[in-house]
Amino acid sequence: MQRAPSSRAYARRSKYIRFILPALAVVLAVIVFPWVFTLWMSLNDWQIGRPRSFVGLQNFTGLARDERFLGSIGRTIYYTVLAVAVPVVLGVLSALVFHQRFPLRGFLRGIFILPMMATPVAVALVWTMMFHPQMGVLNYLLSLVGLPPSLWVYAPETVIPALVLVDVWHWTPLIMLIVLGGLSALPTEPFESARIDGASPWQMFRAITFPLVLPFLMVAVIIRTIDALKTFDTIFVITQGGPGTASETINIYLYLQAFAFYKMGHASAVVVVFFALIVVCSLLLLHVRQKTLWT
Amino acid sequence: MKKHGRGSENGLSRRDALRLGVGAASACALGGLGAGRAGAQATGFDWKRFKGEKIEVSLVKNDRSTILQKYEKEFEELTGISVGSEQIPEQQHRQKQIIEFTSGRTSFDVTFVAWHVQKRLFGKAKWMEDLRGYLKDPTMTAPDYDWGDFSKASVDFATQADGRIDTLPLVIDYWILYWNKELFQAKGVPLPKTFDEMLEAARRLHDPANRIYGFVARGLKNANTPVWTGFLLGWDVDSVDDKGELHTDGPEAIAAAELYKKILKDYAPPGVSGFNWNECQTLFMQGNAAMWYDGIGFAPPLEDRTKSRVVGKVGYGMTPAGPKRQHAGVSGTGIGVSAFSRKKGPAYYYCQWATNKLNQARILETGAGAPCRDSAYRDPRAMANLKVPKEWAEALVECGKIGRPLLPVIIPVTEFRDVFGIALTNMIAGADPAAELKKATALFRPVLEKSEKG
Repeated sequence: MQRAPSSRAYARRSKYIRFILPALAVVLAVIVFPWVFTLWMSLNDWQIGRPRSFVGLQNFTGLARDERFLGSIGRTIYYTVLAVAVPVVLGVLSALVFHQRFPLRGFLRGIFILPMMATPVAVALVWTMMFHPQMGVLNYLLSLVGLPPSLWVYAPETVIPALVLVDVWHWTPLIMLIVLGGLSALPTEPFESARIDGASPWQMFRAITFPLVLPFLMVAVIIRTIDALKTFDTIFVITQGGPGTASETINIYLYLQAFAFYKMGHASAVVVVFFALIVVCSLLLLHVRQKTLWT
Repeated sequence: MKKHGRGSENGLSRRDALRLGVGAASACALGGLGAGRAGAQATGFDWKRFKGEKIEVSLVKNDRSTILQKYEKEFEELTGISVGSEQIPEQQHRQKQIIEFTSGRTSFDVTFVAWHVQKRLFGKAKWMEDLRGYLKDPTMTAPDYDWGDFSKASVDFATQADGRIDTLPLVIDYWILYWNKELFQAKGVPLPKTFDEMLEAARRLHDPANRIYGFVARGLKNANTPVWTGFLLGWDVDSVDDKGELHTDGPEAIAAAELYKKILKDYAPPGVSGFNWNECQTLFMQGNAAMWYDGIGFAPPLEDRTKSRVVGKVGYGMTPAGPKRQHAGVSGTGIGVSAFSRKKGPAYYYCQWATNKLNQARILETGAGAPCRDSAYRDPRAMANLKVPKEWAEALVECGKIGRPLLPVIIPVTEFRDVFGIALTNMIAGADPAAELKKATALFRPVLEKSEKG
């Protein structure tokens, strides 16, 4: 007996579905399950060593009243804005420089991207020594040019900018590489026309280079923003969130709740809120990027 | 802090202790394992009882663990038990322990317990095996083990509030005052014996124009709390008493905080509110600090010619006396058997070996910490081979007489350190100690109350 066409199509599809199953199982196990579990835990009061109890949205209302958590959101935004803006400006400038032809360009470009290859924890340990207000090399360098010493990461007022300095050193090369890639892909015709029309270098940058390179720059901004938002290792190694709570970002706060105080329910609620923040931020940036695409 | 004797209060009577110590004197006289074996045969104890078994040991990364790993083969040859051991950095080790204990199955049979952080949690959850039965059993404990040789402070620490002994004492860390003899002599300042004298010495030695600071100690939140609780012991007050009452915003706590604020704000280097022990060590090691108040374990780097500029110039003094008492703040580590282990016998053998007289003497010799056995300090070989100045070992002995727990034995001790640490950091920046302590106490009280429920 001949089978109906629809059942044949189903049989063919079901044959392929088997190939999807392993990937589906992995996605369910490593993405979906942890997420559902975290959501469930955020509705529970559970501290390791004590029994768990369902508390509904109590963890979230607690967070809304927790001054320390709210402060950590402000510090995360402050850190992220600085850690994105400064490397983007410096990265674009350095990309423009490395886009020019000059002797030893390849060698210098190699040197420039070296920081990006270093392990964040190792970088943080080295910077910790350099930041020491009495023994560190940074204050010695300041003294050579007649500037007064700074307390760097050892004072609440300067700790975030000092931590951003580490991030700038570490990640400006990434922005430079992305923008440099974009610059290399630009068409040459608009520049030739502009040159014939007598446009100045600044006019060419403002009216041609920048708008054309903007989609690439937006990719760099999205990557850097997500990276800056989730920075943990360098901050934890250098300051552990201190002095006081002056550099306690959401990640550091989350780490303390989960792995120092073992408040898993509370920490899960922080994860949910943080995830929502990252999603909103990413959607906004993606929306902006869509608007900057070449048409 | 509840005081436990070495007698019946902790489940081991003096008679038990004496019985456990049978042959100890002869073992000491004859020395080494040969004597232990002879005594063992007399009591039915056999080191080879678990021959062929394999155990896993989870250690914290530090010099003490390195010693245990270095001589592990000695244990394997003695018992025929194979050992798999690994050292994990402290923070990660604690997380690993918590996760595995919570899961109800541990990958390790033996592990360290930091008494000052983990004792109450581990004790309440009964995650470690009660070792009293093993200690009393002459077929399980070597006759030369000599339980009576452990210092009172360490036995108190190893004993839970309900009398269970769930770890064997490994090392005890006293907080001492490191002082730069050269700087003191240059200005004719005597070694301070009281808190007032310490403050006065800091004032006289403080010379920031020449990059010399009178005093340095931890200012970074969390790390700084033991400095304050250490001062508080001088007022004869524990931050949390054995009934679970907080004494963190009373007049004594405020006075200790005033001292903390004054000495760090006025006589410590700028930026001290971000200093952990490593920044303090760097400063002291370069000869830029006259005094440093911290744990006992820093003699090896301070006396290392390749790293330090103060080799031979460091004085090791006890914590000066407060207005009421003189105490040396104590923290410490024990080693025990996981309650989930399926090889408890071999695991207990390892713990016994790890805390025997020879290994305790090795810890002293290298300056890796303060051994818990009194005999280590009387061991002429260990004292002769000391890699650090004798003055350091002498300070240890003196501290042993006045040791008292530095941090409260409560479950949320890390949160305690965090909450009060922030208050202390704020004080260095100028905040009022009374107001900060009141706020921190109000914040921490519900955490403490909740931790004891359920």
